[in-house]
Amino acid sequence: MHKLLLALLSLSLFGCIDSKEEILEEKSQGLVYCAEANPVSFNPQVTTTGSTIDIIANQLYDRLISIDPVTAQFKSELATDWKISKDGKSVTFTLRKGVKFHTTAYFTPTREFNADDVIFTFSRLFDVYNPYHFVGDANYPYFQSVGLDQLIRKIVRVSDHQVRFELFNPESSFLANMATDFAVVLSKEYAMALKANNQENLFDQYPVGTGPFIYKEYRRDHLVRFYKNPDYWKHEVALEQLVYDITPNGTTRIAKILTKECDVTAHPSSAQLSILAQREDINVEKETNLNIGYWAFNTERPPFDNLKVRQALVHAIDVDKIMQAVYYGNGLRAQSMLPPTSWAFEPQKNMPTFDPQLAKKLLTEAGFPKGFNMSIWAMPVSRIYNPNARKMAELMQSDLSKIGVKVNIVEYEWNTFIQRIGEHRHDSVLLGWAADTPDPDNFFSPLLSCTATFSGKNPANWCNPEFDLLLTKALDTTDLNLRKQYYDAAQSMIIDQLPLYPIAHGMRFQASSAEVEGITLGPFGAISLANARKK
Amino acid sequence: MILDYILRRLGLLFFMVLLLSIFTFSLSYLFPGDVLSNLSGVSNTNFAQSALLEEKYRVNSNYFIQYIAFLDRILQGDWGVSFASGDSVFKHILDLIPATLELSIYALLISVVVGVPLGILASAYYKRWPDKLISSTAIVGYSMPIFWLALLLIMVFSLKLGWFPMSGRVSLLYEIPASTGFILVDILLADFPYNGMAMLDALHHLTLPTIVLAMYPTTVLVRFTRESMLKVMDQSYIKTARAKGLNRGQLIIHHALRNALLPVIKQIGLQFSTLITLAMITEVIFSWPGIGRWLIDSIYQRDYPAIQGGLMAVSLFIIIATIMAELTYTLLDPLSRNQAHGKV
Repeated sequence: MHKLLLALLSLSLFGCIDSKEEILEEKSQGLVYCAEANPVSFNPQVTTTGSTIDIIANQLYDRLISIDPVTAQFKSELATDWKISKDGKSVTFTLRKGVKFHTTAYFTPTREFNADDVIFTFSRLFDVYNPYHFVGDANYPYFQSVGLDQLIRKIVRVSDHQVRFELFNPESSFLANMATDFAVVLSKEYAMALKANNQENLFDQYPVGTGPFIYKEYRRDHLVRFYKNPDYWKHEVALEQLVYDITPNGTTRIAKILTKECDVTAHPSSAQLSILAQREDINVEKETNLNIGYWAFNTERPPFDNLKVRQALVHAIDVDKIMQAVYYGNGLRAQSMLPPTSWAFEPQKNMPTFDPQLAKKLLTEAGFPKGFNMSIWAMPVSRIYNPNARKMAELMQSDLSKIGVKVNIVEYEWNTFIQRIGEHRHDSVLLGWAADTPDPDNFFSPLLSCTATFSGKNPANWCNPEFDLLLTKALDTTDLNLRKQYYDAAQSMIIDQLPLYPIAHGMRFQASSAEVEGITLGPFGAISLANARKK
Repeated sequence: MILDYILRRLGLLFFMVLLLSIFTFSLSYLFPGDVLSNLSGVSNTNFAQSALLEEKYRVNSNYFIQYIAFLDRILQGDWGVSFASGDSVFKHILDLIPATLELSIYALLISVVVGVPLGILASAYYKRWPDKLISSTAIVGYSMPIFWLALLLIMVFSLKLGWFPMSGRVSLLYEIPASTGFILVDILLADFPYNGMAMLDALHHLTLPTIVLAMYPTTVLVRFTRESMLKVMDQSYIKTARAKGLNRGQLIIHHALRNALLPVIKQIGLQFSTLITLAMITEVIFSWPGIGRWLIDSIYQRDYPAIQGGLMAVSLFIIIATIMAELTYTLLDPLSRNQAHGKV
């Protein structure tokens, strides 16, 4: 019976194979990218989730300036030129002319990009009179955690194509923050058109930008579809269509690239890279990346408010074993919060070692000779900084059981996970951070500052005024030596206080079909598919 | 007579649905978390909103009033909103059920087209090699867990040979507007130049999931048809016919088949419920965007309103399908109408 079935099948199959070439031809104008999670929003201002930023930021939008990944110099994007005043308190951007916003099914622009759009976009972050400030509960996690909303005094329209940002105090990371993937420019005209219909809530879901691709549709758990922007100001876009196939399972993503259902896949797991490397029709790229995978404690929740407990837990973990079993030799063991490629990196001498005896002793001193129960929240998706949090949590579970600490591993769907971490419902969490700019502040302010605690981005729930002071001092000066000193102090303070335990720096991987070219991985920031093409 | 029978069946349907709705309603209380947010799917409400919701869901009245309010909402299509997406659960279900139905219907068609003739063939060559071959293959197919079969087929036909894709309904690069939700119909209705290619592509995507899903009902139908045929062939009127000199072909086609196939028709209807259950597993493995995959994702995301709505929709569907099958069978077989009590 099976034979008959198979015979029937192969009959229908041969019929299909004849036309396969035609199908390929039709499809060659489009690219399918296997993404690991649903986008949480279509506006990079309101999220810091890396999986979302990878999809939306560089495809739909442009920023005023960007940072060249090779030279680390600022590059012009929507701003052709920028000048910083002598006192450092005002920055004037000259804007590019002739840039058009997207024409979509829901919006047709009548004018080109100008100063009004820049003012609207950035005043939304801090100006309570901006009609969109409170849309989405006024939550701008990246900007709030780096304090940008507290920094800008006002934005002045100098002319149609010039805007001046006036700051309360000079801050060395202002331009770097303006070059992150979050600082995209939105259309004021579109925002006002929605407001006229009382549809402000649609603004962050139906995007209008200036980027290389135009939003077409989004189906949850299924796909995101973009079409080419025929009027893109920078260059001709080669792809007619760009589709994100939402595939949370890492093994399925690998399988899909083998069956050619995906042209590019995000974060292939390093355990399976050897399979891909054998195939000639698949390219695997590897790039060092500014990131950190860590284990953060909810420092407001007993017993994790006790430094001795945190130290005990950390000393019980065998990081070498994790490096082998989770990173497969494709990661770098952390010696500090910052990765070695950062200019402010300073290896920490008192980095905790694997010492179960000491751990047991510390735990007894802290008043828990018999140990306790705790939870470790493990990310359900694979990220650069931690390819397999579940496995890492299991290894830690067995390590911790040796000092009497019983671990319960908690998992949620990714977006729910992020949301609940933001509400600080966890005991401890395996998470990480991939940098958006090469500026070292990007590793501290968005993660461990007090403002980050309030905006729910501080997974350690750790607010230390002394630490915040160090960060502020580092930002207040442009003297690199002085800044490095402050960041040295900040790095050692993290290891001393252990709000989180830096574990490893991961490599960024990407697997793509050999037909695809023009996608480059950078050491920081989200992926850009603007130059992608098929041979 | 027949009217009486139909009324009895409808009565049964009514009580089943009643029990189902009571069970679904009580889930809101059985699930962890706040009852109000489990019912409505709205969490993190402010004071004014929760007052409004309390009024709407009558959570301050007794259980009976709450249940009536619940029934009222269900009938109006207000099934709450999903925690995960924030969209209406009812809309999700309406969007997803066609995909599951489509897969199940094709699988059922294949299993009837393949299973019934094979069963007849096996009975015709009773205890000879075709029978042995068919029966033993059917046993193997029957005993094989379908998730294993699915992975095996993916390994061989998708990963090794690259003949078939392993996920989805159609290549994502074809933008097909969802008007009916049945992909093949949608492609036919859609008007674009690459219509033919999209159709082939969709058939390509359909192949593996349909085979996997058809496997179990096919083997059941093979075995059932064979047994039923053998039973009929053993009866005295067949013996008489044979004594009169009819050959085996005439016997089977003119005398045995009609009687033997009656119970098979009933069996086909009953297979539908198994099919929907198996479809869930198939959907997860082949990333088929149907209700099963959604329901399992919802369980993983602890999306209680979605689980509640999904369970109710699927069970309702199976109950109705089973009763419909029973009714069809009764229309074809007058003898069965005389049963005093309903049975499902």
